[in-house]
Formats: sequence, C-alpha cells, structure tokens
Amino acid sequence: MYTLSNRLRLFSIVLMVVGLIGLIAGFAQRPGSIQEVKEMMAAHDAHGGGHGDTHAVSDGHAKNTHGEEDAHGGDAHYEHVLHQLQNKPWAALYVAAFFFFMIALGVLAFYAIQFAAQAGWSPVLFRIMEAITAYLVPGGIILFVILALSGFHVNHLFVWADPEVVAHDKLIQGKVGWLNSTGFIIRAAIFLGGWLTYRHFAVKFSRKQDEDTTGNKWYKKSFKISAAFLVFFIYTESMMSWDWIMSFDPHWFSTLFGWYVFASLFVSGITTIALITIYLKSKGYLDFVNNSHIHDLAKFMFGISIFWTYLWFSQFMLIWYSNIPEEVTYFITRIEDYKLPFFGMLVMNFIFPLLVLMNSDFKRVNWFVVMAGIVILCGHYVDVFNMVMPATVGESWFIGISEISAVLLFLGLFLFVVFRALTKAPLLAKGNPYIEESKHFHY
Amino acid sequence: MASKVIHALYIDDDILMDAVKKVRSEHYHIEEVYTPFPVHGLDKAMGLPHTRLAITAFMYGCVGLTVAITMMNFIMIEDWPQDIGGKPSFSYLENLPAFVPIMFELTVFFAAHLMVITFYMRSKLWPFKEAENPDVRTTDDHFLMEVDATNKNVDELTSLLSDTGAVEIKVIDKEEDNH
Repeated sequence: MYTLSNRLRLFSIVLMVVGLIGLIAGFAQRPGSIQEVKEMMAAHDAHGGGHGDTHAVSDGHAKNTHGEEDAHGGDAHYEHVLHQLQNKPWAALYVAAFFFFMIALGVLAFYAIQFAAQAGWSPVLFRIMEAITAYLVPGGIILFVILALSGFHVNHLFVWADPEVVAHDKLIQGKVGWLNSTGFIIRAAIFLGGWLTYRHFAVKFSRKQDEDTTGNKWYKKSFKISAAFLVFFIYTESMMSWDWIMSFDPHWFSTLFGWYVFASLFVSGITTIALITIYLKSKGYLDFVNNSHIHDLAKFMFGISIFWTYLWFSQFMLIWYSNIPEEVTYFITRIEDYKLPFFGMLVMNFIFPLLVLMNSDFKRVNWFVVMAGIVILCGHYVDVFNMVMPATVGESWFIGISEISAVLLFLGLFLFVVFRALTKAPLLAKGNPYIEESKHFHY
Repeated sequence: MASKVIHALYIDDDILMDAVKKVRSEHYHIEEVYTPFPVHGLDKAMGLPHTRLAITAFMYGCVGLTVAITMMNFIMIEDWPQDIGGKPSFSYLENLPAFVPIMFELTVFFAAHLMVITFYMRSKLWPFKEAENPDVRTTDDHFLMEVDATNKNVDELTSLLSDTGAVEIKVIDKEEDNH
C-alpha cells in the first residue's frame, strides 16, 4: 500500500493556494476600461525591450490609419486590446484546466486499450493508471463549470456564444444548429458522463477482480466495458475537440482535428504514467516494475510524439498548400503572432523526443525518460496554448501571472487527487489474469 | 581439419532458451542455432555481438534524403520551375512543406530496401543458394542447437544436453568446413 507523505500533501496544497491567489490577482488586474489599457500599454512601452518595440510599432500603425479620423477611430484598437486582456485570465484558466483534464483522459483511453487488447506487459501499471484517471472527476466538474460559464457568455471565450456577433455573421448563423449554448452544455454533459461512468465501473471491476480467486468474472466484465468505451470514446473525443477547442475559431475547420487532439492527450497521458511510475519506483514502491516496462512506456512516448507530428504536419501542409483564405488564416495568425510558441512546440514535441528517445538503451535510463517527459508535457501545454490563445487573446498574449498561476493551481490539484487515489488500493492489481506475465515481462 | 559437432534438437523455444543459457554457462561453444521462426532474445542469450544493421540503415536513409532533395530541386525548381500551390517563389526552401512527404518517403524507401538487401548479403542468402540448415525439421517445428565438441568429452556434453530437454542428440564428424 502507498501512503501519501506529508511533504507531498503539503507541496500540492501550497501549489493550489499559490495558484489560486495568483489567479485571483490575474483576474483583479484585468483592465476595466480603455483608459486603463492606454495606461498599461504606456507603462509597458516605457520599459523598452523587445516587447515594448513591437507594441510601439503597432501603436504607430494605429495612429497612422486612424489619427486623422475622430478620436473614436483611434480607440477601436484599444477597445480590441481591452477585450483581449479581459479574456486573458479566463483563457489561461481554460488552457490549464483542459491540459490537466486531457492528461487524465489520455490515461483513461490508454487503460481501456490495455484491456481491449488483453495486453500482457502492462497490468503491473494498472493501479497507477487508475489513480491518474481519478482526476477526471474533479477535473471534469471544474471544466464543465468553465464550459457552462463560457457557453452562456459569462466570459467572451467563445465568440459564437455572443448573440451580437452571431447576428452579424453569416457563417456562424449557418452553424447555429450545432454551435449553440444549450447543445454545447448537453453534449459536454454526455461526453463527461460517459467517460466518468466507464471510469467508475472499470476501477470497480479491477478492485473486485483482486478478491476473486476462482475465476476471471470481473476481468471479463472489464474487457467488455473497455471495448464498448473505446467505441464511445473515439466518437465523443472527436466531437469534444470540435466543441471545446476548434469552436474558438468558428469559421475555421479541420477534418483531422479530433485525431490531432487525441494524439496530444494520448502522449501526455502516457508520459504522465511513465513519470509517476519512475517517481514511485524511486521512493521504493513498485519493485515488480522492471526497466522493460519503462522501456515500453518510453517507446510509446517516442512513437506517439511522432504520430502527433505526422498529424500536425498533415493538417499544416494541406492548408498551406491550398492557401484558401478562410483556412490559411488559422496558420497565418499563429506564425505571425505566435512564432516562438508555434515553432518552439515543434522542437519540444518532435525534435527533442526524437533525438533523446531514438536510442534503444536510453529508453530504459530513468533520467532520460524523465527529461524527455517533462519537455513533452511542457510542449503539449504549449500546444493547447496555441490552439486556444490566438482566438481568445490574439496578439496580446504573454506568459504572465494568470498563465503560471493557473498551471500551478491545476498541477497542485492533479498531484493531490492522483496521489491520494494511489493510497486507496494495493499498488499491484494481483487478481488480473495477466499479472504473472506482466511481472516477468522482459524485452 | 577434422572437427566434431553435436546437434541437439528441441521442440519448444522456451526450453531452447534455457538450454542455450545452461550450455553457455558450462563454457561450451554454441556454433549456431537453427529455428523455424525468430526467437526473441536468443541473440543476447547466445552472446552474439550487437547488429550493425542500424548503422547501415542510417547511412542508406541519408542517401535517400539526398537523392530526394537533389531530384526535386532539379525537377521542380531548376529544370522546369513550378508554381507550387499558387506561391510562385521558385525557391526550394520556401516550398519545403510540399517536398517533405517525398523526402520522408524516399528516406524510408532507401533505408528499407537497401537494408533488406544488406541483410540478405550478410546472411549469405542469394538466389539459387543451397540451404545450410542441417535438418529439414528446423523449417517446421524443431529447434536445432549446434555445439562444438572438438577436443571435448562427448559423453559429458551429451548428458548435459539431454538434461536440458533435448529430444534428439546426434554427434557429427565434419572432415572439413564445407560452408
């Protein structure tokens, strides 16, 4: 049995408190009027430096085009920035909430695949996966609340939720049958309800199988429910990615977006399994996990990173090639305003894992896997950032107090929930029929 | 030079793996193992050096990448400049995304095909080659371990092999190395 150390409990609570305070500060710092935006930007420009220069240039641009018109014309730019800055803490909250939720969701899908494929290597890791998916409950509830607030236009994250915008937008009007607040919330409830139901029963069956010494009754139930879940999951995950991410840019669409988001959440989930396994092993638990298990997880990290890049490139190349204005604008915004995160993400999610995890021997060296894992997780946070921020914050983005605090808040919650869930059951799923094969797994 | 080998036949790959480890720990030299399918981990158990095929694969991949870049630069940019995707930049670098799939495919193509050919040559497998395996049953369901018995106590080795679960043991005198 694992016991949660007081240091880890305290650490996660401190993270949550610091994150919450920072986030409240981030919301309090939002400018309330155009006047405040002007003061903020003036103060910011006075600092000089790289950022100040670009702002100064865009200010000059605004003056050149609007300067000779009345004062309201010049204020249009500031009003735009005002809306973006008012969105910023919300968007930061949303990115972090979704990122940690998608880790747990990726692990849930990986767990279901292990059962459906009757994998023999992984049952020693099942309790870790079950613990990570425990985050789906609080994470899902928080995400649902944020989605409900956004869907009913309490904040301005989704432009399609603003009736004023829809009234003047023919393209969104054509999509109202799908993109409306009520449907959005009902679908979110169905997705989350389905995933949480599977999680509840899969964990229950796995625990019951531990006590069942006579047969594999509960294991067979796990197998059936996992196969059914995977069918449900691949449809709902795809729709979830349209609703929760792609609809930030309601004019734009990509047919492989669901797969793209899936690759991102899958690799993040597998990486988290590897990191937590290595952490627990370093604390002296999990003596039945050998370095072949780590090797296999690292192979998945390597492979799914390349799969992610394949989908990223497939999406990018076709849109770049055809150069259709309403499609290519998605990438033009990202390349012009988000150059560093956009290309930095490719380095972190593709080139770094490719080089570090290519060698077979490196995949069983713990600190190599941890190093690659941390970079991959940061890279996929930036990936979500790149998907959400351009449509909500635009060129007014920067990694500030809201972004960092939101990550700390959800990291604290994630660690707290996951490691508390680890204490709830023995670390070895001893009833699983493949447990002996898994213990002796050797590559 | 006259040499003597023992052929021990097994019917299960797990028993074979344990036998290989046992025979090697007793300091006998295993010349070769003939199996009907690749047995995972057998190369490690036999103490064979790591394959250098990966190095050749890397070199072939580099050749493929170079061929792809040179070929497309000549065809699409120099010889008959193409307007790619409505972006008439006539520059290889600015049109790079369009070339990436071909660069990738040719890298894989060269690496895979040349690696297979290298593997066949290195394993002495070419057309009209006479089969070397000493017993036809190794192409069906038997595993054969060939142990060097020159200047060794044959009875001792035979009893060791039968202890490891061999179903059939044959002592073979070779007049000369005929392969």
